Amino acid sequence: MSDLDILCLGISITVWFTLLFVFIIMPAVLGVSFGIRSFYMRTLLKIFEWATLRMELGAKEKNQELYKPYTNGIIAKEPPSSLQQEIQELRGSANSLRSEPEFEMADIFYFCRRGVESIVDDEVTKRFSAQELKSWNLLTRSNYNFRHISLRLTVLWGLGILIRYGVLLPLRVTLAVTGICLLLVLTTLVAFLPNAESYLSEKVHLMCYRICVRALTAIITYHNRENKPKNGGICVANHTTPIDVIILANDGCYSLVGQVHGGLMGMVQRAMVKSSSHIWFERSEVKDRHLVAKRLGDHVADKTKQPILVFPEGTCINNTSVMMFKKGSFEIGCTVYPVAIKYDPRFGDAFWNSSKFGMVSYLLRMMSSWAIVCSVWYLPPMNREEGEDAVQFANRVKAAIAAQGGLVDLIWDGGLKRAKVKDVFKEEQQKLYSKVLVGDSEDQMEDKRSEDGTPEGDESSKDPAEGQ
Amino acid sequence: MGSSSSNMDHIPDAQHLMQETGFSAAHLVRLYERFDFLDKDDRGELRLDDFEAVSELAMNPIGDRIIRAFFSPGRETVDFPSFVRILAHFRPTDTNRTRNGRNGAQPEPANSRTNKLKFAFQLYDQDRDGKISREELLQVLRAMLEMQVTEEQLQSIAERAIQEADLDLDDTISFDEFKKSLEKVDIEHKMSIRFLE
Repeated sequence: MSDLDILCLGISITVWFTLLFVFIIMPAVLGVSFGIRSFYMRTLLKIFEWATLRMELGAKEKNQELYKPYTNGIIAKEPPSSLQQEIQELRGSANSLRSEPEFEMADIFYFCRRGVESIVDDEVTKRFSAQELKSWNLLTRSNYNFRHISLRLTVLWGLGILIRYGVLLPLRVTLAVTGICLLLVLTTLVAFLPNAESYLSEKVHLMCYRICVRALTAIITYHNRENKPKNGGICVANHTTPIDVIILANDGCYSLVGQVHGGLMGMVQRAMVKSSSHIWFERSEVKDRHLVAKRLGDHVADKTKQPILVFPEGTCINNTSVMMFKKGSFEIGCTVYPVAIKYDPRFGDAFWNSSKFGMVSYLLRMMSSWAIVCSVWYLPPMNREEGEDAVQFANRVKAAIAAQGGLVDLIWDGGLKRAKVKDVFKEEQQKLYSKVLVGDSEDQMEDKRSEDGTPEGDESSKDPAEGQ
Repeated sequence: MGSSSSNMDHIPDAQHLMQETGFSAAHLVRLYERFDFLDKDDRGELRLDDFEAVSELAMNPIGDRIIRAFFSPGRETVDFPSFVRILAHFRPTDTNRTRNGRNGAQPEPANSRTNKLKFAFQLYDQDRDGKISREELLQVLRAMLEMQVTEEQLQSIAERAIQEADLDLDDTISFDEFKKSLEKVDIEHKMSIRFLE
């Protein structure tokens, strides 16, 4: 290499790093924004619209199916009617003259049909695969019908790959590494200064999270910031990806709760603890519910400590629904600050499917998509009401989050995807069915005994809460 | 998800399956995706634990019977054609086909009233001897009611059911007796699932 080449290389590297520093790191440190990312987002949207239009035109010309059919399911589910209703309908057609309800051979059809319906299409497993997109965002990951429709589109897609993997990915990795190094270094430094500790540590944390946010090109819109979680409370949010933590911590300081990890994560965890209090559990302690509750309770009681960030679903869901909240954090008895996070799927699928991708390949995927665009809504704080138990409180909070984020509110336990269903649900079905058979005849016996004209309130009309 | 395009090439013997079951090409494609999705280890066939992973099915009192209906006797796996053939029973009855086929040579479609009844009959008749014995009936009742009724109540319910349906008084319910007792039930509707076009 001649001297000239080396000089050019040196200059370009210097220019590159200066640009990086001025446009990305300094704003992150100072907390200001040039508006580059929103400009980027708007440009991308325009390109996607153009690309989708071309694909539709191209598909029409060639008479091909562009969109996956039945994006909303394969079978038409009848409007949900209760077990009682359906069985009575089954019987009504058989024996309308019968006064005493009893077992009918036809009853099995109800369970049979429900069973086969769930084999063909069920609510729970749908939530654990990435959402299907209706338009195309130049990532083959999200469109199954990508075929060679036009030369221009393929070129655009190829260009997209070059940009994403050649430019964006290295840029983002550099930023991420910078961010983490800064975090490690600065938190250690701050730990040496006893006086201005909490103020400085806040600033340090915020700065590092801002760098990480830029490392992912995350474009976040915060709504209702007046409801931001305060000290002595617990912040509760729906969980889609580990990045949720970065998204929320970008706007405020939280104490995180989690298991102690080894390796790089462990180093980061230890560094964070030096300058602010987080709650890390050893693997063995995680099972001990009392210990967990006690530590959380102690933390919350101390009003100088930051609010705790908890994801009660316990696992990542694909951002179309909210699943059952584990009641642990709702038993502590402090104020709960619900937060709803909704990702815009047009720019990249943020959902972490832990059974398909490991953490590293997930992060690489995230860093090589266009951007992560999301909205965060801070909901007004909630407290447990008189006469409400932890489970009811949890469901109330869950409903509020689902309503705000436009997500479906499901009763199912996210842990179901791995574990077997609790017998509780099966028992419920059996209970309902037995009421149809035996419950009604009990009513009739009581009628005969009391010899009263007015029939007792029909048990089946109580409309018991029914798990689907 | 990946970029696997779901077209008919993946589906073995598609034309034949379509004729046999009456599913359209679009239905088959979608069913294949579902099959593929349930097949967690990408084996190309389903096993017991793949079915058991469907949580809504696990809470169904007769869930395990339904699962077993998919497996031919002696086999431990379900391939795609078998999967589709069983699901074909649940297609709504074609009203423009006559009940017993035009000529005797044409086999009855899977979703005819008789075949739907046969499917339900087999849910009761687990040993496939063509008759529902008192014990088999009791097993179904136990599955559907378990803790909710006493053993005596179970016995009396089973007793009543057999008495009503058993016409030749051999203490078992044959398929014809089963069919007769369900004459007035709207099977076509209740044992059908509407597959979206």
